[in-house]
Amino acid sequence: MTMLILVLVLSSFLGIELIRRIPSQLHTPLMSGSNAISGITIVGAIVATSIEGQWASVLAVLALLAATINVVGGYVVTNRMLDMFGGKKQRQGGKP
Amino acid sequence: MSDGVTPTGALEIASCVMFLVGLKLMGKQATAKLGNVVSAAAMLLAVVVALLATGVDFAVISVTVLIGALIGGFAAVRVKMTAMPELVALFNGSGGLASLAVGLIELLPDREVALTSRITASAAVIIGGIAFSGSIIAFGKLSGKINTKPIVFPFQLTISAISVIAALVIAGFSVASDSAFWLLPVLTVLAIWVGVLSVIRIGGGDMPVVVSLLNSYSGVAAAFAGLALHSPVLIVAGTLVGASGLMLTNAMCKAMNRSISNVLFAGFGSAVDSGTGAQQTGEVKPINPQDTYALLEAARSVIIVPGYGMAVAQAQHAVKELAAHLIENGTNVNFVIHPVAGRMPGHMNVLLAEAGIEYEQLAEPDDVNPTMETIDVALVIGANDVVNPDARDEQSSPLYGMPIIEVDRASTVVVLKRSMSTGFAGVQNSLFFRNNTRMLFGDAQKSIAEVAGEFAAD
Repeated sequence: MTMLILVLVLSSFLGIELIRRIPSQLHTPLMSGSNAISGITIVGAIVATSIEGQWASVLAVLALLAATINVVGGYVVTNRMLDMFGGKKQRQGGKP
Repeated sequence: MSDGVTPTGALEIASCVMFLVGLKLMGKQATAKLGNVVSAAAMLLAVVVALLATGVDFAVISVTVLIGALIGGFAAVRVKMTAMPELVALFNGSGGLASLAVGLIELLPDREVALTSRITASAAVIIGGIAFSGSIIAFGKLSGKINTKPIVFPFQLTISAISVIAALVIAGFSVASDSAFWLLPVLTVLAIWVGVLSVIRIGGGDMPVVVSLLNSYSGVAAAFAGLALHSPVLIVAGTLVGASGLMLTNAMCKAMNRSISNVLFAGFGSAVDSGTGAQQTGEVKPINPQDTYALLEAARSVIIVPGYGMAVAQAQHAVKELAAHLIENGTNVNFVIHPVAGRMPGHMNVLLAEAGIEYEQLAEPDDVNPTMETIDVALVIGANDVVNPDARDEQSSPLYGMPIIEVDRASTVVVLKRSMSTGFAGVQNSLFFRNNTRMLFGDAQKSIAEVAGEFAAD
């Protein structure tokens, strides 16, 4: 558990550093993109289908359904948004 | 975590790294799309690793995932860009629901999991439940299905506090006893109730903040579920979302010069009808599309300030056409976007991008405020609170202190509006009564199209 908590603490610092100074133009895609990532519970839901018991099965299917909607919907809608941003000519040589 | 790295462990590490890289790439205009793809690939990899676990039920998984993917994908492809905030709120709610359910599984009787796992699972249930119900209420408010004004009733904060404490106590009991099944529905209902209570008292104008915060919650809930399941990839991905959501929430609060506790607890905008800052009366000066055309035709420098009204009227394409006419006429045109304009962070940018407006034409308030006097015409399209000069001048205004786009200092302001109703925050706007302000009433799309038509006929 100690190692897992360490992972959590370090990731939270990383998350803060990564998102510092994002141009406001990208706020919406960033939010819906990270919203899709929060569907990562899909992993827990998949593993939970192996657990015996009526209630566990019902909850696992519910979790899996909800997480899949979150993940697939989130990524698709973010992609749609970013398509519009890049739809016309990008700034000349804008690649870093 | 034992010694040695298993193949699945290595894949899981790769997935974590890809999430990090993806998020990093999403922070730059040029690489944002690639970032989203990398992040989606990370998710796919994490799912593949999970499928390798022993005993998972492939039949159930494939059917459920297919149904979920169809629902989510269909909604994402069909949604109009103006309705984007509602949909993101709904997706966020389903993420919260998933963490709630996974947390409950770990708390079921006879699961024989470690005490620390039960504690973190109960945290996933509470935070996931709040993210779920809060997002549903936010969806209702964003789509206008629920009153967008703050819903405040006596002792609300006290009731909220008691509900939170009750949830914590019940969580404590269900952690301590692994046979008390009946505690779990009680815990779930309490968590959902707290989420409802927290969001109904927040006004529609603050929704960009709330949506970012709820996004952060669903990430934190996933991270706690990860602690309960001992899953590093869940912890890393969940925490990244939690932390980035908090940063975004903070950025939104700064843009409104308000603290997060003020947004969450003040019931902002609920008491405005009874006075504060609403005294301005007087004559507004209407203008018709023809005169607006004459103003714009003679202008050398024009700024356009879009707000949610532009989204409602679906006017972004007409606006783009008008801007093209202006540029052709030799006028300097800039779009000035307030960070909290619209219903979610960056909402206006998405709409203008949809209409094909160049990234270079977009400006932030700080870019134009210092030189506002040089602007001949400021065209305010369906924006209200973000151009309200009372935020700068009137200490009694509920908006006081919020950084605004100071269009009142431009030579002429033309405000497009359907009626004299107040903005989403429910606050009166003295801009409409100023000498240099003209009101162009009517549907924004029709009005803009008429003005653009005058240019075309020219």
